[in-house]
Amino acid sequence: MFDIERWQEIFETLSKNRLRTFLTGLSVASGIFILVILLGFGKGIENGVTSEFQRDAVNYISVWTGVTTKEYKGMNPGRFIQLKNHDFNMLSDKYAEYTEEKSPSYFVWGALVNYKNQSGNYRIQGVLPGYQVVENAEIINGRFLNDSDISEIRKVAVIGNRLKLDLFKDEDPIGKQISIFGINLTVIGVFVDPGGERDEARVYMPINTAQLAFNGNDNLNSLWWTVKMSDNFDDAVALSDRLSQNIESDVKQMHTVAPDDTGAVRIFNTLDEAKKIYSLIDKIKAVFWFVGIGTIIAGIVGVGNIMLIIVRERTKEIGIRKALGALPMSIVGMILQEAVFVTMFAGLFGLIAGLGLLELVGPQIESDFIKYPQVNFNIALTTVFLLVFAGALAGFIPAYRAAKIKPVIALRDE
Amino acid sequence: MIQIKDLHKSYHMGNNSLHVLKGIDFEVKEGELVSIMGSSGSGKSTLLNILGMLDEADSGSYTLDNVPIKNLNEKLAANYRNKFLGFIFQSFNLINYKSALDNVALPLYYQGIKRKERLERAAHYLDKVGLTDWSGHLPSELSGGQKQRVAIARALASEPKVLLADEPTGALDTTTSYGVMELIQGINDEGKTILVVTHEHDIAQMTKRIVNLKDGVIIDDKNINQVRTPQYV
Repeated sequence: MFDIERWQEIFETLSKNRLRTFLTGLSVASGIFILVILLGFGKGIENGVTSEFQRDAVNYISVWTGVTTKEYKGMNPGRFIQLKNHDFNMLSDKYAEYTEEKSPSYFVWGALVNYKNQSGNYRIQGVLPGYQVVENAEIINGRFLNDSDISEIRKVAVIGNRLKLDLFKDEDPIGKQISIFGINLTVIGVFVDPGGERDEARVYMPINTAQLAFNGNDNLNSLWWTVKMSDNFDDAVALSDRLSQNIESDVKQMHTVAPDDTGAVRIFNTLDEAKKIYSLIDKIKAVFWFVGIGTIIAGIVGVGNIMLIIVRERTKEIGIRKALGALPMSIVGMILQEAVFVTMFAGLFGLIAGLGLLELVGPQIESDFIKYPQVNFNIALTTVFLLVFAGALAGFIPAYRAAKIKPVIALRDE
Repeated sequence: MIQIKDLHKSYHMGNNSLHVLKGIDFEVKEGELVSIMGSSGSGKSTLLNILGMLDEADSGSYTLDNVPIKNLNEKLAANYRNKFLGFIFQSFNLINYKSALDNVALPLYYQGIKRKERLERAAHYLDKVGLTDWSGHLPSELSGGQKQRVAIARALASEPKVLLADEPTGALDTTTSYGVMELIQGINDEGKTILVVTHEHDIAQMTKRIVNLKDGVIIDDKNINQVRTPQYV
């Protein structure tokens, strides 16, 4: 293997047969190149879909209310169902062992927020600390609401990054006062949200402060819980389904709503959605793997075929070399060493070209459904070695046979 | 140099068996220039292939330079071929992507000689056959006679005990054939043992001894007065 004389002989053979070398290399390199691109975009789609979904927690249940559409127990339709603090507290206590985070929400839509002489309209939301998990919000400066903010009914606010950029520009907003409808709130934190600008143009403040400040009494707009996750995804989905059904019937019972009135009480169960998305992602992955493995097999067959042709073409040469005193194994070894060298070199070239293209083009792609196309380097490298190995194996059998042929017969080969 | 006793060889093709060599006995001394003659199918090429260890006999004994050639495995055969024998073929059998010089140097590669020395020795033998100016050319750029000269240089390069030539002039015109035979005579003059298989009488007359083969047996074996090639040209 490390015999310099043999390497000289191999390089001479390769350089004297440039077209053959080039074509072999091209087929291997293009196979690996296509595979890398394919796997990269498969991963990109997976990333894209996953991040689309990551704007909120994947395991929350939320309750919203509206106007009744059906007569029930003597009550007229057209009645607005108003959620109250005690609904939230009752349900939270009842299902405490199945839930993790909890938060009610009281909204003021499109409130005018002022800072010095800057102002804008944003959504104000009174929540509990648990809401951070529901929204998947990440604090980039300061902190989120905590339990003391709630128990002391503090006049504090956590603002979205959009709002921070609009009102504060480059200024550090922490500790500054913003005013909403004449009520001053101290900014304690800035958050970003994977949901993007829409979710970052918001102000979060303690639920009780919001209800007091904006005459909300004990009214709530929506209720939020995150479901406890178990290791088994299907179990979690089942639990989430059960929980959302129970909560729905409880809320309907408390507010005397017909069990089949879908307009008055609405439940969102994201885990159910998540299941669909995850199975979609799994399917996308499976398709790309299927195509990828198909590509590899095609590559292996291609390389094997080329090896067969090369050996066939060189049968006479093998006969000559044997007549001149070459050992059969030295001939097989030389052909294989040559093949492995070419496929390895070309394979790595294809790998680097593919990775390079992904690096170059990946960040330019502006699509919600393809993000950061990338390839697991180890998988790609393994593929190259697999292809080299398969090529060597495919070449070995005919080379071994050719070397076994009696020189007389090989020499007769035209 | 070569002793052969009661050599038999059959070829099997399906159910048919073809008895090609039916008990050959003969001997070649060092420095001889022998031609083996016979019509096609007489078994002359088969005999040469067995002598060259390119093929194996079914029975009989074969001794080359006092080494009994039997129970050959691939490794041993390759070793003997490389050490004892130089081949000259009718169709030259040069490697088409190697230059004349590299073709001549190839047997030396299998003797494990370093590249620099290989090329020096190859250049020496190429000079001997008068093709120094053509050393960088590919076989496809050479004439038939030149190709056979390269093949002869290659056969000589490994400094074998015996040269085996299978119809060396079979693919050449008369003038070129005589040129090649002149070269072979010259090599024989230097003491090399050479066996030539041919079916051409004028070529056979240029050797020192003619062995006539018919239907797998030797019917005639006689020393002759060698015709020197310049007399023809």
